[in-house]
Amino acid sequence: MTMRIDLPEETVAGMLAKAFGNRSFLIGLAITLLVVTVALVSFVWTPYDVTKLVIADKTQAPSWTHWFGTDHFGRDILSMIMVGARNSIAVALVAVGIGMGIGVPLGAFAAARGGMADEALMRINDLVFAFPALLSAIMITAIFGPGAVNAIIAIGIFNIPVFARVARAGALAIWPREFILAARAAGKGMTRITVEHILPNIATLLLVQGTIQFALGILAEAGLSYVGLGAQPPMPSWGRMLFDAQTRMVTAPWMAIFPGMAIVVTVLGLNLLGDGIADILDPKSRRRR
Amino acid sequence: MSLLEIENLSLAIGATPILKGVELTITPGEVVGLVGESGSGKSMTALTIMRLLPHLARAEGRVTFDGIDILAATEDQMCALRGDDIGMVFQEPMTALNPVKTIGEQVAEGIRWHTKAGRAEAEDRARKILDRVGLPEAKFPLSRYPHELSGGQRQRVVIAIACALKPKLLIADEPTTALDVVLQAQILDLLRDLVRENRMGLLLISHDLAVVTEMADRLTILRHGEVTEAGDTARTLSQQQHPYTRELALASMHVPARPKPHLAGSAKPLLEVEGVGRDYPGRRKSLFRPAQPIRAVDDVSLTIGPAQSVALVGRSGCGKSTLARMILALDKPTAGTIRFRGEAITGKPEQALKPARRDMQVVFQDPYGSFDPRQKVEKLVAEPLHLLEKQPAAAERREMVAHALHEVGLGPRDMEKYPHEFSGGQRQRLSIARAIITRPKLVVADEPVSALDVSIRAQILDLFAELNQKLGIAYLFITHDLTVARAMADEVLVMHEGKIVERGRAADVLDHPRSEAAQALVAAAPDLHRAIARKMQEQG
Repeated sequence: MTMRIDLPEETVAGMLAKAFGNRSFLIGLAITLLVVTVALVSFVWTPYDVTKLVIADKTQAPSWTHWFGTDHFGRDILSMIMVGARNSIAVALVAVGIGMGIGVPLGAFAAARGGMADEALMRINDLVFAFPALLSAIMITAIFGPGAVNAIIAIGIFNIPVFARVARAGALAIWPREFILAARAAGKGMTRITVEHILPNIATLLLVQGTIQFALGILAEAGLSYVGLGAQPPMPSWGRMLFDAQTRMVTAPWMAIFPGMAIVVTVLGLNLLGDGIADILDPKSRRRR
Repeated sequence: MSLLEIENLSLAIGATPILKGVELTITPGEVVGLVGESGSGKSMTALTIMRLLPHLARAEGRVTFDGIDILAATEDQMCALRGDDIGMVFQEPMTALNPVKTIGEQVAEGIRWHTKAGRAEAEDRARKILDRVGLPEAKFPLSRYPHELSGGQRQRVVIAIACALKPKLLIADEPTTALDVVLQAQILDLLRDLVRENRMGLLLISHDLAVVTEMADRLTILRHGEVTEAGDTARTLSQQQHPYTRELALASMHVPARPKPHLAGSAKPLLEVEGVGRDYPGRRKSLFRPAQPIRAVDDVSLTIGPAQSVALVGRSGCGKSTLARMILALDKPTAGTIRFRGEAITGKPEQALKPARRDMQVVFQDPYGSFDPRQKVEKLVAEPLHLLEKQPAAAERREMVAHALHEVGLGPRDMEKYPHEFSGGQRQRLSIARAIITRPKLVVADEPVSALDVSIRAQILDLFAELNQKLGIAYLFITHDLTVARAMADEVLVMHEGKIVERGRAADVLDHPRSEAAQALVAAAPDLHRAIARKMQEQG
């Protein structure tokens, strides 16, 4: 049975009203904005200079002077997390950008063309997928040298098949629908149908995948830095900080707890944001959370 | 003693009342029809009996099944009832089965769960019940997957699952709506036999008055969640005491007024199909021999004159839709030519097809699936405008959309809405608006009313007839519903297994079918008059 629910008309105002009624969007947005703000503030101001080592203050517990404590070189953890946010966000954002920018068109093309083109693309995809991502990233950084830029490229390459697959799977489910047939009867070509009908219908899927990949990107960057192949010292990064903390877990737990929390909170915020956006973009959504 | 007793049942979802004081009883071995249009609460009544209601739904009143108070029963008690004492058959055989499990597993699953039988024993019983519903193991081994079966066969599997444990009550929610008339007759026969064999009670839910009349001993008519009339089927429908009953009966036999029929005359034909065939690659049996192709459409020829209305009738899978797609140049024929306004459209590149596409539009069956859910009506209806030589400016485009909407009885305000904000009938109007916005000469309509309620159906048929008279649009109706063919077509073509087996004037073909295929269709088509007469006769 059908049920009619009157929705506010989908104007910009309507969309905003919907956005502000959506709890997960609001919380996600607040957390993401906080992280971004912290990253931006770190360009002009941090409580302490992160490049300066003050051995006298090493491994101090959190106090009023050092809110999150200090590390084994006496650097302020709060300042390092602030600066590290830049790094983490930049790496994850660009990596997702590379993955989406190349993966989605590939996947959409494979779904639209079908046949041999689809087969060939997807098998190449499988090949990339079959490599353990982190291992290959290590390989890439080992060849081209460690550093933030190479880490971005390495993580980005492994995002391509993920997005290609999601885009293709989503598109394949849309292609046989009657409204696509209607569009074809209206003389629209493959590209135009993909842009006008397929992409908007799989946008939600891609967005959710995007937030997941973003979160995974942050984790991957942390992982690469952890093995010493990401951002190079003295540039702090969340992964690097965790690496340094691991041998001091018992004596200085704050060294692990705060960077770890930073990662968890950021990833959580992004996931909530992605969920919220997906809800808002769906014209049928009437869930209020 | 009655098997199921519903007393004063009211149901609300959130603040929306769905059912108001519904009363219904079923005794063992009895078939009760529940009739109503979409949104009348038929399915919700069924779900209340199964206690499968959506969240936030609150039911009040009494539902007693076999001495058990359903509304007060625990979830465990309900789990034991569902599938064991109460079976349910759903409308859509395509989605009611799990695509990744074999039919044997799906039938045996319920048996194992409810009787604690072993795997072998459950399979044995599954084999028996599948054989009973007309899927003998020799032809349909238990290891078949749902996608290897046709729609009618799948519905038989669904019935097998529902009846495997010989339930006391079977609820069938529009069990034949997705099937063609011949299959429908077979499935109804099967249900009737099963009821007789097992003395089941059957609650048959349908919007099709003729189907219910043929099957049910008693019927209950629902409207807006309230029972408007209930009683003995033959008496209720022959007397038609309640105005709504009369309204439903009239709508289901509605024939729109078409003052001047258009017969193929001397005028130059609009569409000519000559010896068209379409092969699909078959399944390879051997690695070394080429696969035997499947011939979906075989040497079909037909012509449609300007403003003529032609119905192509046939059972599902006979190649009607494939033919329609080829006429619309959405699929390429493997043999023959199709000419539109004297010009061949087969084998032309997409760009060269633009003028033909502009004059040839399509209305699909499913008013839910034929619109992009993410676009607003304005954009959706304007889609074919992209075929015009000169792209209209934004204001002009809006004007054209508003005009098209006006012609199908919708307002300009509807432009800003999304498709899900419309009812099924309104969506079909949108679909027609989209089809006529370029002022086409031919509209191909693939089962345009088979998903609609009877009263909406009558309105849409009227709309088609009106547009035919006003704009001189020729129609190719593709349908398995002979009442549509009778109501709308000047000429009827009967298609069977890819071939056209009979053609002629609508009345001739439908009243005096000559070919076997046409006779089968006519015999199986439910007809309200005939059904009432038969019921009256049975009761003397």
